[in-house]
Amino acid sequence: MDILKCGKLTALSLALVLAVGCTGKSGKTDSDITDPNAGISTGTAGQSGVDSGFGSEFDSAYGDEATLRAITTFYFAYDSSELRPDALRALDVHARDLQRSGVRVVLEGHTDERGTREYNMALGERRAQAVQRYLVLQGVSPSQLEIVSYGEERPVADGHDESSWSLNRRVELRK
Amino acid sequence: MKTILRIALASFFAFTSSLLAAQPLVITSGSDRAMPIAVVPFAWSAGTLPEDPAKIVSDDLYNSGLFAPIDRNNMISMPAHAEEIIFRDWRAVGAQYLVIGHAERLADGRIQINYGLYNVAAQQQVFSANTTGSEQQLRDLAHHISDHVFSSITGTKGSFSTRILFVSTSKNANGVKSYNLHHADYDGARARILLQSPEPILSPAYAPDGKRIAYVSFEQKRPRIYVQEIATGKREQVTNFEGLNGAPAWSPDASKLAFVLSKDGNPEIYVMDMTSRAVRRVTNHMAIDTEPFWGKDGQTLYFTSDRSGKPQIYKTNINGGNAQRVTFVGNYNANPKLSADEKTLVMIHRQDGFTVFKVAAQDLQKNRLRILSGTSLDESPTVAPNGSMVIYATRQQGKGVLMLASLNGRVRLVLPGIVGEVREPAWSPFLN
Repeated sequence: MDILKCGKLTALSLALVLAVGCTGKSGKTDSDITDPNAGISTGTAGQSGVDSGFGSEFDSAYGDEATLRAITTFYFAYDSSELRPDALRALDVHARDLQRSGVRVVLEGHTDERGTREYNMALGERRAQAVQRYLVLQGVSPSQLEIVSYGEERPVADGHDESSWSLNRRVELRK
Repeated sequence: MKTILRIALASFFAFTSSLLAAQPLVITSGSDRAMPIAVVPFAWSAGTLPEDPAKIVSDDLYNSGLFAPIDRNNMISMPAHAEEIIFRDWRAVGAQYLVIGHAERLADGRIQINYGLYNVAAQQQVFSANTTGSEQQLRDLAHHISDHVFSSITGTKGSFSTRILFVSTSKNANGVKSYNLHHADYDGARARILLQSPEPILSPAYAPDGKRIAYVSFEQKRPRIYVQEIATGKREQVTNFEGLNGAPAWSPDASKLAFVLSKDGNPEIYVMDMTSRAVRRVTNHMAIDTEPFWGKDGQTLYFTSDRSGKPQIYKTNINGGNAQRVTFVGNYNANPKLSADEKTLVMIHRQDGFTVFKVAAQDLQKNRLRILSGTSLDESPTVAPNGSMVIYATRQQGKGVLMLASLNGRVRLVLPGIVGEVREPAWSPFLN
């Protein structure tokens, strides 16, 4: 029974991945239901090309629920709070887990070091809100999801170029 | 004493050239020439002083961008008393002003510095004065002399006896990161830790009295705003709202604190009455509104908003009305700071692209923008209370440093005396 349910959900999320993926390539989409602020915050089409490199890893992990569950960090393009298509499959697994367990988690929003610190606090929050909205759309109760933005204060990579910045622009789901 | 000095000054200004009268601190295109001045090493009878007050004075004057101190190695003579001055020696090296001094230890152990300012062309004493303090206060005495020289030549109060706040990060032997809030002289000397935390500290801001500060601390794993007395270390948490609690800024009369909350869904600017602690919302827009900065009138708030798609600077009245956009050049303008005369807006500016963030100064009357920095990841500009200098955070050789620049663009240097990874400078008001 669980297997059946699982298959159905995976198919659903695959559809979502494809749907978002089609429009997502161009950097900006008008049909982005997960982030009503996307049109405001971005305008950085062309930057999205810099941020690949996770795709192949995710493809090989496709279908492996345990692997998806282990993914708790979700990355973003520069100055963007749009969820990437590759994040959705892992978030679907987390959404199911959260509905089942009812536990409270913290969504930590982070940015890279560019720009001012307080503006980045706000950007980090916007990213965490994008994850929150997606999880709520999947049926997770908003009361289970606390948002804390750290802005640029807690980088995971200390470098000062795109290779570090792309790792720092993230939302971490923390139990 | 003070009156005598003023009279002496007034008469001095009365008959010297118009060059002097025309030296108010005008910050324009940076075309005004720096004033050549010689600060002769101060004489000291007993051994060596633990500090070099004349060097501190010379550095202060240089930092303002308005003075070009003469190199000691080029000095032909080293007078310490009025009768030792040979004006010809100073004309020869191009000095327009001369500062001399000598220090002596008083019977009670304190040190007194007697100092004087001379106009080389007029071969006249501008003033002579003295200042006294303990050995530990030698830097204060030197900054006091700098303020005195600066104000008598420029007509503007000096801001060398001011202080700054800044944040550093360090790692202990076990690799555990620590965030440290410091208090130091404006030039970075004599830094002292006010707060240490394993969680981030940011956005420190002085109260107008210079005795209290506000800042954001994540010590409860969430950003919250705290107010702390510098002298006693006594602190108090002033906000506890869901979401962002950030960017505190005191109103000019200290009765209110502006800050950012996202409790209603997205970042908006609020104002707290510091007596009643009542909180009132000022902005109302689905975009990010943050980084409030008070105008002198205590009614106007400058702030950063991305309501036009990218961060730009706006101003609004705290009692309502439409926000007006202030910046139009560049695709990113944030963290507005006004000079005290409200003629210059200092901010973080990105001309185009995505990676070059520079401190820029916008002349609000002529609407001209000047880039002040030579680096590219600048943050957190903070303006001296007399508007002559700006300190900001940036990166140099991969390290977070504090940079000092004169607002006229002539001087730019890494603040000496500060070690480690530093950021988030905040300049104090006048403290005297």
